[in-house]
Amino acid sequence: MSDRIEKSIDLAAPIETVWRALTDHNEFGAWFRVKLDGPFVAGEISTGHITYPGYEHVKWRAVVQTMEAPRLFSFTWHPYAVDPAVDYSQEPPTLVEFRLEPTPTGTRLTLVESGFDALPSNRRALALRMNDGGWTQQMENIRSHVER
Amino acid sequence: MSSARLHAPATGPAEVFAALGDPTRLSLLANLSDGEARSITKLSADTHLTRQAVTKHLHVLQQAGLVSRARIGRESRFAYEPAPVGTAKAYLDMVSAQWDDALSRLRRHVER
Repeated sequence: MSDRIEKSIDLAAPIETVWRALTDHNEFGAWFRVKLDGPFVAGEISTGHITYPGYEHVKWRAVVQTMEAPRLFSFTWHPYAVDPAVDYSQEPPTLVEFRLEPTPTGTRLTLVESGFDALPSNRRALALRMNDGGWTQQMENIRSHVER
Repeated sequence: MSSARLHAPATGPAEVFAALGDPTRLSLLANLSDGEARSITKLSADTHLTRQAVTKHLHVLQQAGLVSRARIGRESRFAYEPAPVGTAKAYLDMVSAQWDDALSRLRRHVER
């Protein structure tokens, strides 16, 4: 079993457009559904809050690692840190990397999230993350809402 | 036959990922995944590892709930337990589904 998630999609948009959608904090927020407090700066902490209906209490916190326009954008974060009562800051984060390549029809975007093997053995935090029913169902509700 | 089955406490995906993140443990688990319970002696012979190494790695796997230990008389036998792998996979599937959702919104954002 792999400890990483890797996804590639081909987008019918120029690489500059995709780069901007990923790294302009307002554009990122529009599709990722997060209200960010300020621009992404390599090496700096990015803060904000999730704008999903029902998840507005969830804070966004990531550390921008790399901004190599227009090829690589990466940050570390705590995936699914959804419980405000849990301090996730002491946990090892996972690394999220967006790699962009131009293609004849637009841009290939490859997403890799890695480092799940280093996640801590904090039962409570992980149990909450697992919270199967609730979170998965909520995601489905949102999907059907935005795609109709 | 008296058999005392000792299950490790339920564990989260992190312990499972950590326990699986070692080639020796993966090979021990692959060996056990046919469902047959084996003794340390048998596992040592099958994998060309020392008894001490097998014991150490089995302990880690047992802590993560990936193997169970049954005592039959004076011998301990170890068996593969599939549930934790399912738990870890469900966690990755959830994260993966979340990214599918986010990337489809990105697509609508950049292709509009």
